[in-house]
This record gives sequence, C-alpha cells and structure tokens, in this order.
Amino acid sequence: MIIEVNHVSKQFEDGKYALSDVSLSIEKGEFVTILGPSGCGKTTLLRCIAGFQVVSSGDILLNGEDVSQMPPHKRPVNTVFQKYALFPHLNVFDNIAFGLKLKGFDKATINLKVKAALKTVGLTDYEERDVDSLSGGQQQRVAIARAIVNQPEVLLLDEPLAALDLKMRKDMQLELKEMHKKLGITFIYVTHDQEEALTLSDRVVVMSEGKIQQIGTPTDVYNEPQNCFVADFIGESNILSGTMIRDKRVRFCDQEFDCVDEGFGEDVPVDVVIRPEDIYIWATDKSVQPSLSEYDPDDRVPKGKFTKWYGVVESSIFKGVHYEMIVKTENGYEFMVQDYHEFLPGTEVGMLVKPEDIQIMRKEHYIYNYFEGEVQKNGKVRFIDADWDVLPESIEGMNPGDKVKVKVAFRAIDLQDHEEEGTLSGDVHFILFKGNHYHLTIRTDEGHDLYVNTNDVWDDGDRVGIVIRPEDILIDKL
Amino acid sequence: MAASRRTWAWPYLLFLILFVVLPLVLILFYAFTNGEGQFTLYNFVRFFHTTEAVNTLIYSLAIALITTIICLLLGYPAAFIMANADFKTPQVMALLFILPMWINFLLRTVATVELFNMFGLPLGEGALIFGMCYDYLPFMIYPIYNTLQKMDKSLIEAAEDLGADKREVFTKVILPLSVSGIYSGIVMVFMPTVSTFAIAELLTHNKITLFGSLIQRSFGEGGIAMWNYGAALSLIMLVIIALTSFFDNGEKDDSQKGGLI
Repeated sequence: MIIEVNHVSKQFEDGKYALSDVSLSIEKGEFVTILGPSGCGKTTLLRCIAGFQVVSSGDILLNGEDVSQMPPHKRPVNTVFQKYALFPHLNVFDNIAFGLKLKGFDKATINLKVKAALKTVGLTDYEERDVDSLSGGQQQRVAIARAIVNQPEVLLLDEPLAALDLKMRKDMQLELKEMHKKLGITFIYVTHDQEEALTLSDRVVVMSEGKIQQIGTPTDVYNEPQNCFVADFIGESNILSGTMIRDKRVRFCDQEFDCVDEGFGEDVPVDVVIRPEDIYIWATDKSVQPSLSEYDPDDRVPKGKFTKWYGVVESSIFKGVHYEMIVKTENGYEFMVQDYHEFLPGTEVGMLVKPEDIQIMRKEHYIYNYFEGEVQKNGKVRFIDADWDVLPESIEGMNPGDKVKVKVAFRAIDLQDHEEEGTLSGDVHFILFKGNHYHLTIRTDEGHDLYVNTNDVWDDGDRVGIVIRPEDILIDKL
Repeated sequence: MAASRRTWAWPYLLFLILFVVLPLVLILFYAFTNGEGQFTLYNFVRFFHTTEAVNTLIYSLAIALITTIICLLLGYPAAFIMANADFKTPQVMALLFILPMWINFLLRTVATVELFNMFGLPLGEGALIFGMCYDYLPFMIYPIYNTLQKMDKSLIEAAEDLGADKREVFTKVILPLSVSGIYSGIVMVFMPTVSTFAIAELLTHNKITLFGSLIQRSFGEGGIAMWNYGAALSLIMLVIIALTSFFDNGEKDDSQKGGLI
C-alpha cells in the first residue's frame, strides 16, 4: 500500500479532538474518498497527510516511510485546494510551472510538461492568460494541472468542486474520473457530497466527529451500512428498531420477515435499514386513485413468499426521477417509499421488500443510558455533571461519596422547550427517525451524550431542558 | 435623488476651488511672472543658476531617498512580524506604533533633540535622518502590513505543497504579492520627506538646510519680490511630488494613500 494512516489523533488547543484514533490504508492507484458532514475531520485528515497539520499521536507512512514530521514541501504529494489558491501575480503557465521551476527543470522540459498538463485538463492555449480572467471551472482546472504536472505519487483534493455550480460539478466529476484512469496516480478526495463520493470512488471512508464510521466500496457503504450514522448519511433510509429472531429471520413493525443476515444470535435487538427504492408498493384500494386501476401490480411486484405489510399514503412529493411517498401503517410506523408511479395521499397500499434488501445492523445503544454517578450529601445523586433527585429507597444504605451505576431509559427522559425547566441543558445533536419514534442524541454543555426516544419533533441544534423523574433513575451499586 | 446630491456637493466644490484650485493658480501665476506681473521664465532660470539652491534640492532628494530606504529596511520586517503574529500581538504592536503619531510631530522632534542632548549625541545629519525615519516609519509599515495581512494564506500552503521551502515561499510568493504595499509605503514616505524642513532646522541647529527651508525663506524675507522665486521653487517641488505619485505601479484602489502630515 502506498499510504498508511496508523492510529492518528489530532487535538487542537481548545482540547477538542479533530481526529480520534483514525487508521486507514490506501492502495497505489486507488481513488479514495473521505466523506462526511462539516466538522467530521475529513479536511483535517487530508491536511495531516499533506503536512499542513502535525498529528498529535500516531503516524502516517508514505511508501513505508514515516512522514509525520516531514514538512509539506518535502512530501511526494500535491494538493488541489478548495479555493484553488492560484498565484494571482503569475499567469496560467507560470502557475503550473511553479513546482517544476523549484525542482530545477530546464526551460524546454518545463514547456513540454506544462503543455501536456494543460492538454490533460482541456485548457490548451491558455498559457498566457491571467488567472483572474478565468471562470471558476477553468481556475479549478489550472489548479489541477498545477498539481499533476509535478507527477506526484498521491494527489490530494480538498472539496475541489464545492465552489462550482451543479452542471459544472457533474462535468468535472466525469473529467476527474477520466484523469484518474489516465494518470494512474492515487487520488485522495474529500467531500461532504455523498453522491459525488459514490460516483467517483473505488472506496469510500465515511467519517463523523473525528472517527471513521465505515470503509468500503460505494456499493458496500450504500447497500450495507454498518451503523445508523452511515445508513442515515448516505442516501435515504428507513431505519427501525427490530429483533433478530434467529439467523435470516427478523421482526420489525410487528411482523416477521425473511432476511439474508446471520450471526447476530437469537432474540437480539437490532436496527433494520430499508432503502425507500427497495420497497415495492401497490394499491389495495383503488377507489381513492382510479387512475391506478390501469396499473397491475402483478407486473412489477415480485411473486413469492414475501411478507407484506399495509398502510395508507400520507404524502407524496414529485422528485423528478421518482415520487417520494410517506406511508403510515396502522400500528403507527412511517415508511418512506420511492416509486415511479404516484400514489396519492389517502390511497390504501400494500408494501413488500425482498430479503436481500433488508440490512441488519447491530444496535449501538439499547433501551437505557448508562452513567457513572456519585451519591451526594443532600440525598441526590450526581451524574453527567448535575445533581438529580432520586427515590430515597434507591440509595438506601448508601453513604455520600459512594459511586453508583445509573440507568435511565431512553423513553424516560423528558425534553423541555425552555431550558430553565430542566435540571440540565443541552442541544439536539443528532436526530434519527425510527419509523414510529425519534431517537435523539442530546449533547449537554459539558459534552455528555444522552439518548432519548420521543415522538415529539425536534430540530437539529434545538436547545432543550432535560428532565428525568426520580422514579426513572435506576441505581445499582458499583 | 441625483439632483439633491449634487446640490449637497456645492460646499465641497467651493472648498476645493478656494483652497486647492485657487492657490495652485496663484502659484502658477507668481512662478511665471516677475514683480510687475509680466510673463517670464526668469524665476526658474535664477533657480537653476544658483548652485547653492540646486545643491540643496539634490541634497533634500538624497536625504529623502536615504530615509525611505531605511524605513523600508526597518518597516518591512516589522510589518511581516505583525502580519504573522496571532491575535493580540498585532493589535498591541499597532497601538505602540500609532501612539507616537497622536502626538504633534514638532513636539516629538523637540523631544528627540532633548534625547540626543541627554545622551551626548551630536546633532546634525545623523540626528536628521534618525528623526525623519522615526517620524515616517509608521507610514511605511501600514501599507505593507495591510497588503501582507490581506494576502490569502492558502497561497503559502500552495507554494509549500509545490515544493517551496520557507525562503522560496518568501521570495516567490510573499514578496511579489507585497510589492504594491511596498510601493505605497515608498511613496508615502518619500513625498513628505522631500518637502520637510522644520525637522531639519530643529535637529541640526539650523546647520543643514533642506529645500523646504528655501521655499519658506523666500516667503518670509525679501518682500513680494521673492514670492515669484518662492512660487517657482514650490512649483518645482510640486512637479517632483507629482512624479513620485505616478510611481505606484498602477495599483488598485484598495491600497492606502493619504495621511500626509
């Protein structure tokens, strides 16, 4: 492999970890995309590989050589910056020739190489132009030419297409893919656009909050997400809580389904992921939508022993390529379904999904929040940096200063609009819709994470007050 | 709206006419006429034939040049350090440089004289150059600092990425991009130092005469007859200053000009 990132962590002065124990290996000639939302650490990781940031711990190997302490100008990598960073005092030719001149090539060689690079990016005859006379897309190509003309072993691209409009972006994506095939060098690409990542890459590295969530090919990451974050971040998903009855049999939405995953055990709580486009839908009651009487579901819905479940269409949105519908079942679950036909709100429908399209994931947290607490002098228990009222019998026989295990169910936490009404304040950090409820991650001001299940609708970033009734705080001796 | 804006401009127009255009016209008039109001080039001829006067002009230009160069050599590093420091340091440094400027420059010059006396240093040419540099250094630092600060930091990273070590980053990227600031600073130091004279009188005990003094004298003594000569000298000075202001390399509007005492 050409690049090895070993247990790299990067901490900034304010104590926050931009990268936490990140490990990754990249093969020669691969197109790897680091994908994640803003602030996930993807740019920091790229900058560490480039040398603009020094890692706090861990090391980075380039061709087996430890480059962690090597300054950027000595590394055999070149970067294409997000805002191009073209030298305004030089024209196109001199910009591209910059690196070559530093290496000491003679004029004739430089001329040949620059012309070849311009040809590769499709800007022949632009040598004399001033960089500020170029459009965004042209500037980006000059930036790419300037990097590849040095024939680096690895090309780093930091969201290079972010500043371009949609059409230009799509065109450049194809060109970049072509360039990659033609040049044969390793590309490491950073983006927050998951579609871009899926289009361009050989492998995708999904990151969130400084940690790697999953590494895999685009199909792996799309069809078989390993956790809720990846399932939610990439594409649209239906994520529900379920139970793995036994190998290849799962229960969710109060029904049993065949699936293809095994090895989870028996009667194990799991998370189930179904992509909206994988749900087959047909109208059971065509009276609401007479136009559907022409549509014979037998043509499209697979036959066989598949579990069917039923609901009523709540909403339907035209998305150009398909319609996106929300269907609500009688037992209160909402499913997002995509289909080429429109099913109007109010239509009774049946749904079906093939076993291979049901993705099972291990649950990361189940029913309870677990904390470490300490009994206080005033009969309260302190955990997550706040004092809470508890039932006297739960701390019977304990003395102030005793350490205890605290258990609070997801369902037992109340969130208030007005933070003063809560014992503690926090922000809504992550929202996961689980079909019939929301699974929220609340981050307190001190940085603790609480998981809450609620049917209330909250927004990302909402400020909340946290209330837990004394009877819901379950205490065990440590 | 445009009509009323134009009417509001009248006072300023009047001001311009009275205090800029009119004086210029007067200078032109006096420079090209003799005591009786007849057109003549005698005033200029007289200047170019008085070796002493010509020498003074050359000497003033030389002093101005030396001051400018010293300010550049001292000011660029100062601006560079300020631009690269983080948070509070540039503000503190900026304050330290601005503070003296709030105090009247004559006062500062007198204080410099006392300082020299206190340390037993002789007044004269050295003191003159010292005083000029001290006075005009901030005018060199600010344009350079401004340009350096506005520079896109990612350009430095791009240069490093392409293989430039710290020295090459400076000579190939930072220096070329700060040139407009340097030009600005040069102009802002050279122009006033060419015409200055009070500083010279104080710091050299009137032993060294600068061109500005010549002008002053022809309006002080000698009565009206010398006004023509003085006007001619003024015109020569004006032309020199006008020429230097073209030495700005065609920079854009966002550079700093003005602030001449």
